[in-house]
Amino acid sequence: MALVTNVGSFGRSGLADFVLQRVSAVVLGLYALCIVGFFATTPDIDHAALVGFLDSLTMKAFTTLALVALAMHAWIGMWTVGTDYVRRHYFGRGHTVYLALYQLVCVGAIFVYVLWPLSVVWTVGGP
Amino acid sequence: MQISIYRFDPDENEAPRMEDVELDLPEGRDLMVLDVLELLKAKDPSIAYRRSCREGVCGSDGINMNGRNGLACITPLSEAAPRGKLTLRPLPGLPVVRDLVVDMSQFYRQYEKITPWLVNDTPPPAQERLQKPRDRDKLNGLYECILCACCTTACPSFWWNPDKFVGPAGLLQAYRFLADSRDTATAERLAALEDPFSVFRCRGIMNCVSVCPKGLNPTRAIGKIRTMLLSQGI
Repeated sequence: MALVTNVGSFGRSGLADFVLQRVSAVVLGLYALCIVGFFATTPDIDHAALVGFLDSLTMKAFTTLALVALAMHAWIGMWTVGTDYVRRHYFGRGHTVYLALYQLVCVGAIFVYVLWPLSVVWTVGGP
Repeated sequence: MQISIYRFDPDENEAPRMEDVELDLPEGRDLMVLDVLELLKAKDPSIAYRRSCREGVCGSDGINMNGRNGLACITPLSEAAPRGKLTLRPLPGLPVVRDLVVDMSQFYRQYEKITPWLVNDTPPPAQERLQKPRDRDKLNGLYECILCACCTTACPSFWWNPDKFVGPAGLLQAYRFLADSRDTATAERLAALEDPFSVFRCRGIMNCVSVCPKGLNPTRAIGKIRTMLLSQGI
């Protein structure tokens, strides 16, 4: 039982998860507003305009922060879904193996979703 | 009236089944569902269910009526089955002992986890530990819980994690002792609830509020526990 409780929680508390999920949601909300604001106020959007917008150090830092927030938010959410549904009741005695596999896939996907845009943001345009 | 009732005797049946029964009810009276169960039992004595006070105080006859948990003794037929057909099932999410009788051990294990008694390490006064009226008022809406399990067994978070999520009834009682000015174990109580499951697995679905036969609000109590945890954590 303790295994299921602790697998993949990295020892965090429920309170820490609760706070992190809400703080990351606020960061993502602000970032979404920023992006929507750019698209709403820029008349001719092309590749050059987008690069110009994302190229400033402020936007690079904000995008990095938003991606880190996305990773935290997604991980906490997916971990919660996994511990709700990947249970002994559905998967039998080996459910912890399925849970570990599920979490491995989630972590892999989150890494890709974060590292790929990070590499784009920090290499596109000027250094 | 047409009634469909869940039947299962583990000694006799391999799997549960729904049994349809046609029952003649007295004219001109809005019976309670418990009265219907009594009539059914008179017709078929093998039907099993729990009951005791028959007035919504003991919490024994919590069952699922047309998909909604409630106490059979205080739920009128007009409310449970407005379209005329009554379907009776045991409380969901707990193992069935027989027919409408469920094994509530898991529910009580979660209740036990929250230390459901007053903890006070200071020397007891000569007579009793007194409270100011405004402190006593904080217990209103909390102490009235009769542990019928209608709320907890209507909660999907309890269905998914019955061994780890305390459930709305247990958490309502946890807050009842956290809110009690005479209790001195606030820090220990909060520490025991801080893991990712005990309180934080509540997703705010509010089925508990919807079905509570005493009109209590476990979701609000859970919110207050979270606020206390946050205040303590910050």
